[in-house]
Amino acid sequence: MTKPLISVKDLTIRFNTDEGLVTAVEKVSFDIAQGEILGLVGESGSGKSVTAKALMLLNPDNAVYGPESSITLNLGDEQVDVLSLGPKERKVIRGGAVSMIFQEPMASFAPAISIGDQMVEQLLIHSDMNKASATELSIEMLARVGIPDPAQRFSQFAFEFSGGMRQRAMIAMALSTKPKLLIADEPTTALDVTIQAQVIDLMKDLVNEYHMAILFITHDLGVIAQTVDRMVVMYLGTLIEEGEVRNVLRKPGHPYTQGLMNALPRLDDLDTPLTAIKGDIPSPLDRPTGCVFNTRCPVTLGEDCETRVPIYTSMGEGHQVACHLVEKTGAPA
Amino acid sequence: MTETLIETNDLSVHFPLQGKLFGPKPVVRAVEGVTVHIERGSFYGLVGESGSGKTTFGRALLRAVPITRGTAKYTDADVSYDLTTLEGDDMTEYRKRAQLIFQDPYAALSPRMTVRDIIAEPLEVMGLTQSRDETDERVREIARKCRINLEHLRRFPHAFSGGQRQRISIARALVSEPHFIVADESVAALDVSIQADVLNLLKGIQKDMGLTFLFISHDLSVVAHVCDHVAVMYLGRLVETAPTRELFAAPRHPYTKALLSAIPSLDPDDAGNVVKLEGEIPSPINPPPGCKFQTRCRYAIDICRVEEPKLDHSGFDHDVACHRWKELADDPQASVVEHD
Repeated sequence: MTKPLISVKDLTIRFNTDEGLVTAVEKVSFDIAQGEILGLVGESGSGKSVTAKALMLLNPDNAVYGPESSITLNLGDEQVDVLSLGPKERKVIRGGAVSMIFQEPMASFAPAISIGDQMVEQLLIHSDMNKASATELSIEMLARVGIPDPAQRFSQFAFEFSGGMRQRAMIAMALSTKPKLLIADEPTTALDVTIQAQVIDLMKDLVNEYHMAILFITHDLGVIAQTVDRMVVMYLGTLIEEGEVRNVLRKPGHPYTQGLMNALPRLDDLDTPLTAIKGDIPSPLDRPTGCVFNTRCPVTLGEDCETRVPIYTSMGEGHQVACHLVEKTGAPA
Repeated sequence: MTETLIETNDLSVHFPLQGKLFGPKPVVRAVEGVTVHIERGSFYGLVGESGSGKTTFGRALLRAVPITRGTAKYTDADVSYDLTTLEGDDMTEYRKRAQLIFQDPYAALSPRMTVRDIIAEPLEVMGLTQSRDETDERVREIARKCRINLEHLRRFPHAFSGGQRQRISIARALVSEPHFIVADESVAALDVSIQADVLNLLKGIQKDMGLTFLFISHDLSVVAHVCDHVAVMYLGRLVETAPTRELFAAPRHPYTKALLSAIPSLDPDDAGNVVKLEGEIPSPINPPPGCKFQTRCRYAIDICRVEEPKLDHSGFDHDVACHRWKELADDPQASVVEHD
């Protein structure tokens, strides 16, 4: 059995704010294997971005990591304990073995430095290439992600690129250091559907070519279905369901996952009215006790759900659900 | 018999750009020659990608941007306005009848006003009520319709979630009892679990109050669920329009087909018969000659590159602007979205 590339255990993240200590992520554990695409699904406030940023220690200084939390990066001969890295040792998780692409590519490039200079700069930091070979590799990467006239585009600025182009350039930049893990935070959300389809195809091709792992964060279940191998669902900072993408989407166990599927407008069924999940997502300042979903759950069992945190129940190989009802009956809620 | 509430003919909106001192100034052709009939009481969907001109078109119907060419008419039971020349008292009157719901409920509400004041403002500005009591009564009534907790009227918007805020924006748009609403990407900023709730609310209110909606969205699955009639725009042009079911069952324009097939399926094993579109939408400053879609269309032939296709009746209430729709409809190879 090979070790997972990255292993997150009991990750708890709280933020020190004026209004007190706010829990953003609580006891989240998951692994990502070499070459695997793991989908991380959740709505706003679910803690998906905070979790991803923790992998690169990108959360602001007021973030407090729980004492049992651990993130282990397995680089073959070397195990990196991410949470204990000092400021000078962070290069490996920031553009070295781990790279990240963001939702808004316009905000992620410096506006006054050419795309090419930004690509070269990071290569000079993370590898022992000289400027000439870094330039050559960058142009090659731009060509690889399907940017026409890469040599000419290389010296242009972010504002001269269209939205889809910028996201491609961003992917080219993130991959040029050959990371083992790519974190993609809503990479297609700001793009039009026809462009989104192009970018998803590109990312899938690149995974095969470079044999890297991707943590793919999105709120769009359709994108998840077409992109990832395995998925985890988060709600209000807690991991509530995990499994192979086919199992979770075909037989969702948690009432929240089911609710999300029912709320999604589908083209193949225009007759069934949309069912919303009742109520609103509670504020993180006001996290429900017990199961975090109990305030909106259509099948709540009452006291049990309100007081005790549900344990993970297996619904088949690798498919686990944190729900009291599933715990009792062993069947999807 | 249905009546037409909004009727446009060859409507164009151009924005001049700063150009050189001499010579012609460049012009952004945001909307070019759009002809639509929006029937009273309908939920009319307008779909397109960014840069297609859908927002500009919606704003032109509200006269929030000037109309460059063509005609636009609003015909209600008692009045009729020519939107291209509207001014003065008629404009004030039209503002009461036509309202806009914005995309981003975080940006649309003033943080310094209470929910009650936000909803009451249109009534006060338009002088629709005589006394504060009457205003309060109207505010409470619309708040109830939009399922806003009456206790919340005294609070400020920062205390509310996205879904609650969007309900407040909706109440504000509806309080003057308009007849025509432009909803511009009104659910795009909301989470899926909340989106369904707001869509159901809009649809319910539309039926109850007999409103006419122009629902602008980039999300085809949302449009498919709420709209009666859909128009698809590309680079400022209307490329296809049909009743919703007809459009989704038998799309005719290659662009509509590509859009539909680009929506990722929820079934991991159904990669779909995806029609991949190459490249991106061209710039509206320098649009390609002929059919605007020819640069990305895999069926483009010589005529597409020189002559712009006109909207053609391809069936009952179904219009399409494509030189080749007929042969493509007959060719099973070209039909890409199948419905059973």
